Amino acid sequence: MLENVKHVVLVLSGKGGVGKSSVTVQLALTLARAGKRVGVLDIDLTGPNIPRMFNVEEKKVHQAPGGWIPVKVGDTNSTNGGSIECMSLGFLLRDRGDSVVWRGPKKTAMVKQFLTDVLWKDIDYLLVDTPPGTSDEHISLAEQLRSVSTDGAVIVTTPQAISTADVRKELNFCKKVGLDILGVVENMSGFVCPHCSTCTNVFSSGGGAVMAEQFGVDFFGAVPIDPALNLMLERQKETTDGVELLERYGESKLCPVFVGIVEKLLAKTEKVVGNGSG
Amino acid sequence: MITLEVPVASEDVPQPSGAAPKLVAPEPEHCPGPESQQAGKMDACAGCPNQQICATAPKGPDPDIPLIQARMATIAHKILILSGKGGVGKSTFTSMLAYAFAQSPTTQVGVCDIDICGPSIPRMMGAENESIHSSSSGWSPVYIADNLGVMSIQFMLPNQDDAIIWRGPKKNGLIKQFLKDVEWGDLDFLLIDTPPGTSDEHLSINSYLKGSGVDGAVVVTTPQEVSLLDVRKEIDFCRKAGIKVLGIVENMSGFVCPNCEGESQIFHATTGGGRALAAEMGIPFLGAVPLDPRIGIACDYGEGFFDAYPESPACEGLMNIIKGLRGQMGLPPSEDGVEEMDES
Repeated sequence: MLENVKHVVLVLSGKGGVGKSSVTVQLALTLARAGKRVGVLDIDLTGPNIPRMFNVEEKKVHQAPGGWIPVKVGDTNSTNGGSIECMSLGFLLRDRGDSVVWRGPKKTAMVKQFLTDVLWKDIDYLLVDTPPGTSDEHISLAEQLRSVSTDGAVIVTTPQAISTADVRKELNFCKKVGLDILGVVENMSGFVCPHCSTCTNVFSSGGGAVMAEQFGVDFFGAVPIDPALNLMLERQKETTDGVELLERYGESKLCPVFVGIVEKLLAKTEKVVGNGSG
Repeated sequence: MITLEVPVASEDVPQPSGAAPKLVAPEPEHCPGPESQQAGKMDACAGCPNQQICATAPKGPDPDIPLIQARMATIAHKILILSGKGGVGKSTFTSMLAYAFAQSPTTQVGVCDIDICGPSIPRMMGAENESIHSSSSGWSPVYIADNLGVMSIQFMLPNQDDAIIWRGPKKNGLIKQFLKDVEWGDLDFLLIDTPPGTSDEHLSINSYLKGSGVDGAVVVTTPQEVSLLDVRKEIDFCRKAGIKVLGIVENMSGFVCPNCEGESQIFHATTGGGRALAAEMGIPFLGAVPLDPRIGIACDYGEGFFDAYPESPACEGLMNIIKGLRGQMGLPPSEDGVEEMDES
């Protein structure tokens, strides 16, 4: 399982809608811009968002002898060899509005299949985007990944207490199942008004940093709200100037923030494989 | 070997009782469900360690359903708050709806939080440190006000931050207990706050409440397409499950800068937002609530937003939504209306 994958990083959060998928997407873009070959596995079965965000909703997964071939994002590799491939349940649905009404055992089987049957080809980083909570998908993921040396988890939260309260549960989940926590990303941290440039903390601020300190885990950084990112991802279809998402992301205000986060991520994962000390 | 399904606080959270037989191993892929008629007889059952147990377990309708119906008989209206997407404000909307209904002292309101892995209602209602009392007649909800009772798994945890690492069947068992064993009493409204997705919790609450009659579901979304994408799935689920959708609420719709009062779209509605989705699906659009940082702060501290900022645009939006919702349920626009007084 996952023989051709060098590093496995999970993106987790106890709370929904905090930006797990958008953090995953941006980590993937930033890693690819740094020349890494990235795989993105979306195991949010009832609410897959990754295909939409990479503008590959219409793509289909092909079955090859030995497994599924993941969907490639963009047509060309970036100049330094970085690339992104992704796999999601969204590709397997007949209609994008179809609901996936599955109880636990079926979800467990699907997660297992996603981990064992996808033909990743020489991937440096496999980012696993997860649904919110600490239930079937997470338990299965942790059980399946026990045999693989997982690098650990990036925990995403928003600053307000309602969100960190659920994310604390996720941190305890990680402890219980023995999953290393690479670091905490505080998303939606402040919004700069486009009219007067005042920063408003729409979902308060600092909650992620405080939580990281309390749990003794690394804080990777705070990511402000940038409506332009959502627009950039949403408008990929309409823009026809041939600029690939990888390049376009370089213009985003969030790109430098994620360069910082990825530096910390690389420093932790590229050191010695399988070390437990921080 | 470490087992992941460590029962959390097994003394505090009783094991689910009911039709499901005790299994000796996890269910296999394509498991028909241990309580189904085909249990133990399907192709998928061949070789399953549970096969014998499932095949010999008593079949037939769940014996707990009549008990749930008896509990639910004293509740006039049951409303589900749903969304395929997480973090769009289901719990916030639920708590505000509860406060709004409970403003009239004669209206009895209950809130049942079936988000097992991420319960937010207790904190939002300022009752995080409460615990549940049980008596011979059942568990009594935690009362926020005389006419506002709340039930959530959070009240059962020994430590606030404990993770609830449960697979589906255990979650279903607790949901059943919330319906069967909680002494809700005579309620005018029971609001059921759900986790995101379309899985065990949603299937269970629907099947447990089928016979008791649910008024319908309010679907909460945020304006951007990534959220609508998941919400579309939830509406598809409601159709399949036969749940009436009372309407769509668009939350976090637009943001007014407190400094310059300039409006901006944080979650841009590139595909028309909740309103367009409602039109597309043929569902009533109940209204939009703008993003107001004070709502988040009020939730963090467990204060009622209505009492604190009755004049804010967010409150106005909410009041309109509640009026629309009452209309959908065939109720008068407000509880303390003079017409009502005349009736009684």
